[in-house]
Amino acid sequence: MGLAGDTQEILSAKDIGVIACTRCTRAWPAGTTTCGRCGASIKPNNNKSLQRVWALWLAGLMCYVPANMYPMLQTRTLLQVQQDTIVGGAIELVHHDAIGIAIVILLASVVIPLGKFIAIAFLAISVTKRSSMSNHQRQLLFEIVEAIGRWSMIDIFVVAIMSSLVQLDTLAAINPGIASLFFALSVIFTMLSAQAFDTKMIWDTPQKRQGTTEHD
Amino acid sequence: MACAPKHAYNVPMNDVRTLSPEHILVCPQCDAAYNLARPKTGERAVCARCHTVLIRNKHEAGIQIIALSLAIAILIVAATFFPFLTINAAGASNSASLLDAALAFSDGPLMILSLTTAALIVVVPFVRVILTVYVLSPIVLNRPPARGAMGAFRLSEALRPWSMVEIFALGCAVALIKISDLADVSFGSAFWMFAVLVFLVVIQDNLICRWSIWDSLETPKKS
Repeated sequence: MGLAGDTQEILSAKDIGVIACTRCTRAWPAGTTTCGRCGASIKPNNNKSLQRVWALWLAGLMCYVPANMYPMLQTRTLLQVQQDTIVGGAIELVHHDAIGIAIVILLASVVIPLGKFIAIAFLAISVTKRSSMSNHQRQLLFEIVEAIGRWSMIDIFVVAIMSSLVQLDTLAAINPGIASLFFALSVIFTMLSAQAFDTKMIWDTPQKRQGTTEHD
Repeated sequence: MACAPKHAYNVPMNDVRTLSPEHILVCPQCDAAYNLARPKTGERAVCARCHTVLIRNKHEAGIQIIALSLAIAILIVAATFFPFLTINAAGASNSASLLDAALAFSDGPLMILSLTTAALIVVVPFVRVILTVYVLSPIVLNRPPARGAMGAFRLSEALRPWSMVEIFALGCAVALIKISDLADVSFGSAFWMFAVLVFLVVIQDNLICRWSIWDSLETPKKS
């Protein structure tokens, strides 16, 4: 077998005719479709999982555009009504000398979501062709995407807290804008996209997968 | 083998091939197959290829997880209904509880966002701890698994990424600073409960060894 490096010593379940349940990790003979222990369905086909990743990725991206164009917050005070988009709100914070918070908001609502779109796309492409990044680096990248992705939801929670708290009748009121809905959807879709990505594809060497698809 | 994990031994190809599936341990991240060897108490099995922790055998982890889960359940209920934050500005004041925050998006299409927020910060965390207690209690007491324990634990695992109390906690900090410009903000009792809750959730999640729970559900101890 022409496998390089550590794969010579460590065998994949796939190579020994075994498939692991994606939910409870119990091993079963290859071809099993339902886990006999936890009852979850076992999906053997990697290509289908990639299709799901891309579909959800695209849905997330499509929701991200209106999330940035429409107002996230509507602030009404005695004299004026102000509508802020995500980036507009952060700029407003800089004017109020709250640069730290502006950075947190920009990180959570702009840098992390965009980084996540790029990272998921990179991972999904990297498993179909040879990648310059090592398996370990890509595994780490995926773990970072999974761990940090959820934190984008913070902006929604900030809007929720502010609009429930700042309801002072005529004096001042903060209400959520329509962008919050799109933003939440975008975060949810990208989380689902990352969950649909099967990390086993990273460790499954490209030449091997090509070999198996030829036999199909 | 230099990089082999301490307790999950990878045996030569012929041997793994001949093993029946119940004696094979598969890494959920990279699909590496190992001959199953249970770590002793206080030790853990790590995947030699991608370094994911496969099994951690902590002493008395079960009873600690149950205790923490019950504490979390009580705190979630309390933090939901007691006032969370109060603001004062020019004589007017308003307090909000966790439930108010969750239901802030109440008009029109944003209603669905209210339900989502309520689910992420109250319902999902609460359901998860209840499921955990339901699944773990019989195991800790050396009894046969509870009815539907497999499905219950599967649901609890599927819900894991959707429990966002710790993110909500940081959201509070951000909101506080944003509002402090506009009005005086003071903490309610629920705020402190919530602070404790976040710590307990993180500790509880780190104690749980998924592999051991699935294993106990499959082959209950007889003693």
